[in-house]
Amino acid sequence: MLETFINLGLFVMLVATAVAITRMRRLFGVTMMASVFSLLSAMLFVTLDAVDVAFTEAAVGAGISTVLMLSTLTLTSRIEKPTTRSPLVPLVVTAITGAAIIYGTLDMPNFGDAHSPAQVGVAARYMAESPTDIDIPNVVTVVLASYRGFDTMGETAVVFTAGAGVLMLISGLRRRRRKGDDKKEETS
Amino acid sequence: MFVIAIFALFIAMILVLIRLYAGPTLYDRVLAVNSFGTHTVLFIGVLGFLTERPEFLDIALLYALINFVGTIAILKYFRYRGIGDIHQMPTDQEIGE
Repeated sequence: MLETFINLGLFVMLVATAVAITRMRRLFGVTMMASVFSLLSAMLFVTLDAVDVAFTEAAVGAGISTVLMLSTLTLTSRIEKPTTRSPLVPLVVTAITGAAIIYGTLDMPNFGDAHSPAQVGVAARYMAESPTDIDIPNVVTVVLASYRGFDTMGETAVVFTAGAGVLMLISGLRRRRRKGDDKKEETS
Repeated sequence: MFVIAIFALFIAMILVLIRLYAGPTLYDRVLAVNSFGTHTVLFIGVLGFLTERPEFLDIALLYALINFVGTIAILKYFRYRGIGDIHQMPTDQEIGE
């Protein structure tokens, strides 16, 4: 009963924020609203017991995205231009996509179902054998670092490559700008 | 008692959302977002005690940190019209008080 109330309250606020984002013309307000939107979805993830997903959502959605959008706002206009095209086609596309997503959830197992595929597969074996098999007390760590070790290594490689690429791009930019500054000083 | 707290928290969140949408000045909006982040921290804390798992409390503390850094970034944008790139930023004297 109380859980239903909490979910209902959070979803009402989420929808209200989304509608407010579409109605607002001042882009700074829209950025603030988007930050609140991701905080609300983080709260929803916490009620679903996905605390790690919630934390990622809050850090990326409310933290980094807000900063990125604000930096974009310094380069562009601060007021959204009114669209001249009819909003009917996007509305139809969104409605169809939403209906397809809801249709896709119909044959999913219920929340907390003990007979869902995630529970009846290898999970029981992991729970039973990981203490003797790998000798690490935390089952999540065992799954991530040992059973799915190659997967985790691939993920780490992807994140490392992305970070190294961004760092190289940024340092290249800074060096070029510094050279430009030197030339300016020489001429002046 | 925690049930009453979560009701009160929801009412406070709705009030903050109204201020965020209606807020005449930009500063109202910044304050509303910061306040909403604080409400998130409180919500996670209260929810932890409500489900009798107060271990989530340290995660709530991390949210408070993110909220603080985010607010600093927004205010920096206000003052300097930019966030990174400290060399190209105007100094305080150029902005003028």
